[in-house]
Amino acid sequence: MSKPYLNAGLAHPVANELDAPYWQGLSEELLRIQQCVHCAGWQWGPEWVCHHCLSDEVTFVEVAPEGVIYSYERVWHPVHPALADQGPYLVVLVSLPQAGNVRLVGNLLGDPMQEVRIGARVKGVFEHHLDGQPAFSLLQWCIHSD
Amino acid sequence: MAGTMRGRVAIVGVGETEYYKRGQAPDAEFKLALQAIVKACADAGVDPKTIDGFASYSNDRSDPSHLAAALGCRELRFANMQWGGGGGGGSGAVANAAAAIHAGLAETVVVFRALAQGQFGRFGQGPQRNTISGDMAHTVPYGLMSPAQMFAMKVVRFMHDYGVEQSALRAISLACYEHAQHNPRAVMHGRPLDEATYEASRWIVEPFHLFDCCMENDGAAAMVLMSAERAKDFAQQPAYVLAAVAGSHYRAGASVHNTPDYATSTFKTLAPRLYEMAGVEPGDIDVLQSYENFTGGVLMSLVEHGFCEPEACNDFFVKERFLAPSGELPLNTSGGNLAECYMHGLGLNIEAVRQIRGASTRQVTDVDLSMVISGPMVTPVSSCILGSEATV
Repeated sequence: MSKPYLNAGLAHPVANELDAPYWQGLSEELLRIQQCVHCAGWQWGPEWVCHHCLSDEVTFVEVAPEGVIYSYERVWHPVHPALADQGPYLVVLVSLPQAGNVRLVGNLLGDPMQEVRIGARVKGVFEHHLDGQPAFSLLQWCIHSD
Repeated sequence: MAGTMRGRVAIVGVGETEYYKRGQAPDAEFKLALQAIVKACADAGVDPKTIDGFASYSNDRSDPSHLAAALGCRELRFANMQWGGGGGGGSGAVANAAAAIHAGLAETVVVFRALAQGQFGRFGQGPQRNTISGDMAHTVPYGLMSPAQMFAMKVVRFMHDYGVEQSALRAISLACYEHAQHNPRAVMHGRPLDEATYEASRWIVEPFHLFDCCMENDGAAAMVLMSAERAKDFAQQPAYVLAAVAGSHYRAGASVHNTPDYATSTFKTLAPRLYEMAGVEPGDIDVLQSYENFTGGVLMSLVEHGFCEPEACNDFFVKERFLAPSGELPLNTSGGNLAECYMHGLGLNIEAVRQIRGASTRQVTDVDLSMVISGPMVTPVSSCILGSEATV
């Protein structure tokens, strides 16, 4: 398994009642986003009811881990001791056209000094932290090579 | 406008403790709050025991019942907290206090904010714990956890959409620092900033250099509000509340960076309501205080309050325009959150009052309309317009 993008030591995500299917999906290399059973509306982050039609029949539906860079930032100043020796890193906000353009936060793999283009297509890379307490998986992104 | 509170309430007293670097206040946070309130009352000539209401924001830890007890207030009639973090509630607390007075819920209301980060925690650090759940579980593991990191993502997108250059952000920072050199209260008094120093300063998160980011400070600030009728009997020239509004756009609070309108300071729906209540237009404003958590927030705030078209930012955001007393739109005349003090922006509201009184250290000539924009990019946000006697 390749090395995680960020140095170890940040807080480990723990699923809650609302987002458990999402985290379980990432561990199985599946991206699941919340969708309304009643009106088929998408939403993210997960909510207890559908914000479109207010139905409480919301579920998680598998979508392709592909998206478009909506915004990004290159972080320099470490605000956590675990990142003290990290150096600059890239955080991207990725929108998913196949899921109502909801957005996910992740890191853009590769050179942290690379030029980032808003609108660039990216594909997901599942990053497993099997030594996590508890074990967890993240969804990272790399530039789509096509 | 019939039925609104335009001009019906005035700010009659302002008070601040000394402003300290974060963690360096010699007193407890609650004591700082008391000191600022007593000073604001002394400024107004109001007996603190007659305060019957308190309004604050950002989950201030000094609760009104305890304050009223500590000050010996005879009766408590209004104890108000504006929901939401950061400085988004600064002018919202003014709105709440003014509305309470206008509605007859209370007569003498204090708006306050107190911060002692040595006693409590810092804002600019990430959470240091082993696990995290809920909304932040979707950002923190990717190294997105501080306010600068949360907001840079919006500013990058805005600058991309409209081709805004770094020089626009720099102009805001330089103007704030230049004003602070005239203000002995300012934490950055005696620490001038020039273009080369700004450009050479380290990145915090692009597009924010160190000097695009607010300080973190200790201290307290307070203002005393009462009805316009009563205000005339007190010591200071009243600053009338012509308008004060708080709120945000459709699903501004959608989690994990999913608000539909993303690259915004959150003022698009609010600003028209502000001007409608005050009965004025952007071009009428004499002096502006605009909350700088980060310069990019000021950029979008000014656009969304109608001072500049988004496509015109590179021409509009030049330092000279923002300098008091001669610039076309004097901005953050005390030095603001970047260079005076970060009191979650209440210092900006106090500076707006000083400009009405003619008492700023960088006074603009003949100020009738003095505006404050509070806490861009959070939700809810707020803004207010204060007026001189001539405007009511």
